[in-house]
Amino acid sequence: MFNLTNVVMEMNGEMDANGGRRTIMQIRDLKKVFNGTVVAVDGVTFDVYEGEIFGFLGPNGAGKTTTISMLTTLLRPTSGTATVCGFDILKEPNEVRKRIGVVPQEYTADEDLTGYENIMFCADLYGIPRRISRERADELLRLVELEAAKDRKVETYSGGMRRRLELACGLINHPRVLFLDEPTLGLDVQTRAAVWQYIRKLKEEYGMTLFLTTHYLEEADALCDRIAIIDHGKIVKIGSPKELKDSLGGDVIELGVQESDDDLTPLISSVQHVKEVKRVSPSEYRIKSELGEVTAPMVIDALRSKGYRVNKISLTRPTLDQVYLELTGKSIREENGDRTQAMRQRMIMRRARR
Amino acid sequence: MTTAEANKNLVQPAGGIPAPGDKSNSTIISSSPYHGLWALTNRELKKWYKNPVILLLSLIQPVLWLGLFGKAMNFGAIFTDGAFSIPGLNIPKEIINQLGTMLMLNVFGTTDYFSFLAVGMLSFIVLFTAMFSGMSIVWDRRLGTLNKVMSTPVARGSIVMSKILSSVIRSLVQASIILVLAVLLGMNISNITAIGVLGTFASLALLSFGFSAIFLMLALRSTNQNTQMAVVNLLNLPLLFGSNALFPASFMPEWLQAFVKINPISYATDIGRQMLLGAGGMGTLAFDFAYLTAFAAAFSIVGIMLSWRLLSK
Repeated sequence: MFNLTNVVMEMNGEMDANGGRRTIMQIRDLKKVFNGTVVAVDGVTFDVYEGEIFGFLGPNGAGKTTTISMLTTLLRPTSGTATVCGFDILKEPNEVRKRIGVVPQEYTADEDLTGYENIMFCADLYGIPRRISRERADELLRLVELEAAKDRKVETYSGGMRRRLELACGLINHPRVLFLDEPTLGLDVQTRAAVWQYIRKLKEEYGMTLFLTTHYLEEADALCDRIAIIDHGKIVKIGSPKELKDSLGGDVIELGVQESDDDLTPLISSVQHVKEVKRVSPSEYRIKSELGEVTAPMVIDALRSKGYRVNKISLTRPTLDQVYLELTGKSIREENGDRTQAMRQRMIMRRARR
Repeated sequence: MTTAEANKNLVQPAGGIPAPGDKSNSTIISSSPYHGLWALTNRELKKWYKNPVILLLSLIQPVLWLGLFGKAMNFGAIFTDGAFSIPGLNIPKEIINQLGTMLMLNVFGTTDYFSFLAVGMLSFIVLFTAMFSGMSIVWDRRLGTLNKVMSTPVARGSIVMSKILSSVIRSLVQASIILVLAVLLGMNISNITAIGVLGTFASLALLSFGFSAIFLMLALRSTNQNTQMAVVNLLNLPLLFGSNALFPASFMPEWLQAFVKINPISYATDIGRQMLLGAGGMGTLAFDFAYLTAFAAAFSIVGIMLSWRLLSK
């Protein structure tokens, strides 16, 4: 069990004006330039609040992993500052390391060792005394449902089991912030759902703060309390999935009416919640509105009362994909990272699918 | 109920994992700078001793050298028991044998080449184990394990030190096996003492320390195991032949002798020959040990200092 008593008392985060939530990570103008020319992260600034799932969403090569590497003290930023749990990542990296857990994109567990040995190895890296680490290893193996396989060599594990083992290893020091880099890369749909469940459990039951990167929109949508969309090393937008979607102007209602010369735009615009009306063709209208499911019947009623017949209607909720398209000008699915990145991910996927 | 208890209850999961008590708070993390050193070392060793095939394979090469080279190049036999005769001169067998023995003692410091080579093979296995100590850090980097380890509060120096230590332990175990095999194959043990064996292994440990540090340093920034392999292949034969492990330096050309004199392998082998075979050496034991200690200390310190700089990008 994660005993948060101490955590609460040693809290270093500042009270934030934003809803009284505590800030656990402050990132200010963080920048990383490789070899003097390649700008991987181009001055990102954001806060992460205690107890939330914060997602970094962006295509491969957008700078997600570089940002995570800087926050987990693996990479030195070229400029800018960041504090994690109140400690500066440059000035007190060891204090940061003690308080965070990292689940890397790769499968880092040693294939020649058993699952249990791998967890104990991680515990030793944190200097956790044996009597405590044994208890914790057992409880974490139970959490990720690997008890039955704990004495098997990791080379016999499936991709999902490996991912769960990585998760358990990342939790061994009972971190306050857990970093997950592409936690479901290469996993099948069911395994992905299972990993999501563990992640939600960590937040809901243990009040842990989770920082994850993903290039799966549905993952960001399903898991994250707040999302930062990152593209070419810059944050283009931060907000909850709902806020991001609402920023598109709400739901889209597509309406088909009997063809007529009358422009119905003013009539539809007068309906409550309707924000924008566009006549696509003489018989088709595209309406942006809030609360689409309430507005749609009201539009139909308004038209009927004037004697117009609606013969087709569809309601589309905005998706993150549309948000992404709007903000970056391209669909996330068309994006490809550079060649080495793609090869790396193929290697991870191969290992995952074994 | 105090605030702390209230908070605790707040996060207590319903039907979740039972709390093991106050022991589990996050402050129990050890502050010793050496924590994790043994865990890292042990991880390397486990992969090695849990996979006896690797151990066996790594022993095959020096044993082959011993068996083929050591037994085939029977220099002793060339000069003894009527192996040669000079036409027109009737030299008694005893004199030829005497001459042969003198010759062997003069050249190799011992009467049989096999024993001479056996000690050289101890240095050989140490060198070969050390050369591949760098490979594991390249793999760790490629697989992401290195990043994982570096995201924990383990001292950067411990990461490098653990690789060196595991390589030292591995090479000493392998050297012991080689020594036993050599004795079984007929190495001269008339001069062997406990102190001699201890001293020899101490010198081998120092040799291993220094070389492991060097090859780790070469691998610190490398992401490609092929480069590392190329470096190893480039260096192993010159290092081996440019030492007294296979042949005595006194018969080499001047320039090669100069290299033999700075090659630490020569000093470890020299200590082994003096302490195991009672052979005359190229330097005093004290000087040999001092040289090896300086070699090991210098390169492990440089290795640790480089690891601070190079492991964080």
